[in-house]
Amino acid sequence: MTTVQRSAAPAAEEGRGADTRRPRRLRPAGRRDVALFWFAIPGLIVLLLFHYVPLLGNAIAFQDYQPYIGIMHSPWSGLDNFDVLFNGDDQFLRALVNTLQLTLIQVVFVFPAPILLALALNSLVSERIKKWVQNVLYLPHFLSWVVVVALFQQMLGNTGMLNLFLQAHDVGTWNIIGNPELFKSLLTSQVIWKDTGWGTILFLAALSRVDNDLYEAAAMDGASRLRQTWHVTLPALRGLVILLLILRLGDALSVGFEQILLQQGGVGLENSEVMDTYVYNHGLIGGDWGVSAAVGLVKGLVGVVLVLGANKVAHLFGEEGVYKS
Amino acid sequence: MTTLSPTHPVRRGPRRAYSAIPGETPGTPPWRALKSLILLICVVLVLLPFLAIISTSLADTAQVTKAGGYILWPDNPSFSAYSALLSGGLVSKAMLVSVGITVVGTALSLLSSISLAYGLSRPGSFGHKPILMLLLMSLLFVPGVIPSYLMVKQLGLINSYWSLILPTMINAFNVIVLRSFFMGIPKELIDSARIDGASELSILTRIVLPLSKASVAVIGLFYAVTYWNAFFNALLYINDAAKWPMQMVLRTYVVNNAALSGGQVDAAAGAPLPPAQSLQAAILVLSIVPIVIVYPFLQRHMNKGVMVGAVKG
Repeated sequence: MTTVQRSAAPAAEEGRGADTRRPRRLRPAGRRDVALFWFAIPGLIVLLLFHYVPLLGNAIAFQDYQPYIGIMHSPWSGLDNFDVLFNGDDQFLRALVNTLQLTLIQVVFVFPAPILLALALNSLVSERIKKWVQNVLYLPHFLSWVVVVALFQQMLGNTGMLNLFLQAHDVGTWNIIGNPELFKSLLTSQVIWKDTGWGTILFLAALSRVDNDLYEAAAMDGASRLRQTWHVTLPALRGLVILLLILRLGDALSVGFEQILLQQGGVGLENSEVMDTYVYNHGLIGGDWGVSAAVGLVKGLVGVVLVLGANKVAHLFGEEGVYKS
Repeated sequence: MTTLSPTHPVRRGPRRAYSAIPGETPGTPPWRALKSLILLICVVLVLLPFLAIISTSLADTAQVTKAGGYILWPDNPSFSAYSALLSGGLVSKAMLVSVGITVVGTALSLLSSISLAYGLSRPGSFGHKPILMLLLMSLLFVPGVIPSYLMVKQLGLINSYWSLILPTMINAFNVIVLRSFFMGIPKELIDSARIDGASELSILTRIVLPLSKASVAVIGLFYAVTYWNAFFNALLYINDAAKWPMQMVLRTYVVNNAALSGGQVDAAAGAPLPPAQSLQAAILVLSIVPIVIVYPFLQRHMNKGVMVGAVKG
């Protein structure tokens, strides 16, 4: 190998021709493409600096962290920070329960919404109307949570459009914003409003790949519309649905951080505190660094374990999952 | 072949006739009416809030007082709310900050992401595997809020505009999308350029980038939207209200309903401020306008971008 290279190198310098290509092909690809490595370096540095080095910062979960001393000098405290969590800290338990409730609500109500919308969109006959409707429904996805929360306040708040309308028709008012009991429903409807349209993209793409002959065959066999949906359309979406559910599972403990933080003030912590806001409120606001970092660490690890585990289960059932291993 | 050909037109004919789109056979009229109605309601639910805030931002004091709050159609449209907000003061400053962060951030993000994606676009190149691994793992292992905050603090970036750019500069997902576009470019093209003596940099700028303009544009817009919308980083890292971007102003003066005082908007001396509702609505509109402007460019290509990302990621 190396001898071929050496003897061919002078030939390459002599001039163009069929010979010049051979040494290049023969050189090991790794060394040939070293230049590419330098292209990756700037991005890699940012990635290391703001992604991997902070991962090390999780060390403070095992420390009695003092901001003015710093990570290097704060005393180690073993698992003390975790102890506070798993021995029934009320506020932590409350955050955990709210988080799990919200995850459950979102899987039941938010997850199927784009599938239903995609089915409705897919059966629109006019391609132009379909495109137009899609473009309108995608739009909210690109708004920030601050904008979405503000819009909801303007529409549903005490002096918002809905209540002005109700008052004008003498029906009284309906306190939706700032009502602790309705808070979880409010969060859910905001998520649906913002991301359902966007969520249809993947399902519509999957639907457009379904072989038309299947529908014809089903129709020939006398399948009604509903049965066509059940036996042809939905099975075609199965792999994608499983994939998205697995990915959703990884976020089981992250439910709308910015969204909740923005609206927490009005409803009190009882119904609105979740894992992420607990970390923020206790760590950055309350100064309880170690405990918050411990919660954040546990939360991240649980997410990783859930994704890997769910993927494994998907493999066992013969599905493709997120990645093949 | 000869036996198949007569059946083809017969089979294709009626299918085209009753269904122009691939998919299930269309339902009976009541079904179709119901579905159209549902879709119409969805469209109205999305568009109505926009109409309301635009109208309210253009309304004058008299009309807002009469309606008691928000209105759906302004009688005498006036731009007084906008001129009060944009003639100096807090909101104009925040607009400038947001635009600046978005422009600088997007440029840096694109530069580093393109270069990283290109560096990873040839399997088997030096360092390819470990770097790709680091990139993919970053999607799985996310540092929490506290460690990220400590890192930014350690680097002395608190209250610096860089704290709004650097931590979100590389989005692994976007890099993966770019990389898969780059990998789709025919290898022969790159090989022949190399044989002609082109350096990697000129291959990237003269061959690869011109061929993937559309995808680079979409990724750039995705980055731009992220920078424009970023709220949490500003909440964490920017304590100085004079340095707030738009989203923080929006939170304080619209979501939290703090009153804008005369000092914060630069109304003409002695002139009364426009009604609070109009001011709030105008701030909202100002923070949506950039999104709506780039939206047509964005949606032209986004289906493709999202699909590639979903398949490869």
